[in-house]
Amino acid sequence: MLGYAMKLLTQPTRFAFWLLLGALLLLPFVTDALLGRGWVRIADFAMLYIMLALGLNIVVGLAGLLDLGYIAFFAVGAYCYALTGSPHLALAFPSLFPGGVHLPFWIVLPLAALVAGGFGVLLGAPTLRLRGDYLAIVTLGFGEIIRIFLNNLNAPFNLTNGPQGISRIDPIKVADVSLNASQEIFGITLPSVHLYFYLFLAFTALVIFVSQRLEKSRIGRAWMAIREDEIAASAMGINTRNLKLLAFAMGAMFGGVSGTLFAGFQGFVSPESFSLMESIMVLCMVVLGGMGNIAGVILGGVLLALLPEVLRHSVVPLQQALFGKTIVDPESLRMLLFGGALIAMMLYRPAGLWPSRVRRRELDTDEAAETV
Amino acid sequence: MNNATPLLQLSSIGKQFGGLGALSDVSLHIRRGEIYGLIGPNGAGKTTLFNVITGLYQANAGEFQFDGNSYRACKPHVLAQAGIARTFQNIRLFANLTALENVMIGRHLRGRAGVFGALLHNLATRNEERAIARRAHELLHYVGIDKPGQTLAKHLSYGEQRRLEIARALATDPLLLALDEPAAGMNATETESLKTLLQTIRASGITVLLIEHDVKLIMGLCDRVAVLDYGRKIAEGIPEEVRNDPAVIAAYLGGGDD
Repeated sequence: MLGYAMKLLTQPTRFAFWLLLGALLLLPFVTDALLGRGWVRIADFAMLYIMLALGLNIVVGLAGLLDLGYIAFFAVGAYCYALTGSPHLALAFPSLFPGGVHLPFWIVLPLAALVAGGFGVLLGAPTLRLRGDYLAIVTLGFGEIIRIFLNNLNAPFNLTNGPQGISRIDPIKVADVSLNASQEIFGITLPSVHLYFYLFLAFTALVIFVSQRLEKSRIGRAWMAIREDEIAASAMGINTRNLKLLAFAMGAMFGGVSGTLFAGFQGFVSPESFSLMESIMVLCMVVLGGMGNIAGVILGGVLLALLPEVLRHSVVPLQQALFGKTIVDPESLRMLLFGGALIAMMLYRPAGLWPSRVRRRELDTDEAAETV
Repeated sequence: MNNATPLLQLSSIGKQFGGLGALSDVSLHIRRGEIYGLIGPNGAGKTTLFNVITGLYQANAGEFQFDGNSYRACKPHVLAQAGIARTFQNIRLFANLTALENVMIGRHLRGRAGVFGALLHNLATRNEERAIARRAHELLHYVGIDKPGQTLAKHLSYGEQRRLEIARALATDPLLLALDEPAAGMNATETESLKTLLQTIRASGITVLLIEHDVKLIMGLCDRVAVLDYGRKIAEGIPEEVRNDPAVIAAYLGGGDD
């Protein structure tokens, strides 16, 4: 047993894996020491985005279904926990829920994933015959419908509390330990954001694992077949209807899980977190990183989640030092850089920063063909 | 199923697109183990009939029996499950996947692993995956494509792409292999090796339906031939009979009115 463990540790790829794991576990302490207090929270959000991007990667990258309303599933997950884990329902419907619902997070999580998956099927079913831009328009509409519903369902009965959102959501508890307060483990004091960091790290690892297993399976191959040629796929005996619905449902479940974590982490949700811009942001992570390649999608997620923070921490002090005041708002600069980066990507690296092996090979060969 | 009943039986199939009749009253049957040819001038309805047989189009009229069961208005994947595999006139491979992956996708409907199998990666799933990969390698070897794991389908030569489509179709374990102009654009050598391949496939017990423009290939290969013209069957029989049929000669050379 020990020998086996040693063998695992000594293989180069395994070694790299343990090194990465160790680095990630230490990351919150490193950022605290080097960059300051705020960065662990940023890393937490980055991981939520990575989970979203990996979920969208199933729909867009594997099955080839362009979805511009993906953030809706994040919203569904978030509101599932917001409604069942906050006093809101008790305040809105005192007769129905006298003491509030307050379901534990670990019960809501799988339910929220299922509900989000159900919404995925709901979106998928009417769009089965659509592809490309037509599908994009319908999914965009779906995303907006969900957001507008959340915004307006405070009347005639107050289900979502409208634009004010739902606050005082119960923090996530792991084995009766609330993650909202600092905990002392082995003499080290871990602030709340650190605890969430480790929880999200575990979930991100799980999502990566699931993505990888799906991609390398019979189901993943069938999705890629649909992406490549739907008619040929159905002629090969692939039930394209069921598999497209499955892709929508699986992607939506990832979004739902991420949304549930988001609600527990923030303690507050409101419709403005689920705007079209967020859907586009997640799609950009997938496209920028490398569609269909898990490592690329993670890279895209990290870069795009960190970019605004890096700008905020560099642009404002820089301008203060140079001009004595802030002339350009980092938020607007972000959009400028973002647009510029996307145009540059499309021109120079159309397959993404870290393309999947097949797409890379294909681009190489195309270049080789051009030089001949 | 007893061997006397035909594998495929079409009775009075009709297909209309809007007001335009593409097929009318087409009846034919394909026996088990034969190579059956379907010829006709351009626009005669060959590909339409082919698409009806493989479920891409739904017939407006008539009966369609395959292997003893009735299949009217069925989706392509149902017919693939029943045992009809096809290739396409304009090659439709999964262009950005490797040759191996293309054939492995052809194995899809003979596998069972679902989402849970993929996630758990249990013994049954691993065995199935291994069997799929092994069978795919065999089939690629069978049609004569090497280096399959590395090459994207779109980078194969034209003749190889045609043969890869056949390998992918064979991966579904078909009873009937339906080929839509497999020799189109091939040179004489490639056509000859295709002919040998089709004879090998037939010898392994698979019935073949062939649409072809290359009359020489059809005549040299098929047991029976049907001729379509303007959506109707104008002749059927062994190649020699059909070749000398006045209606067929008129259809191909024109002048049927006088």
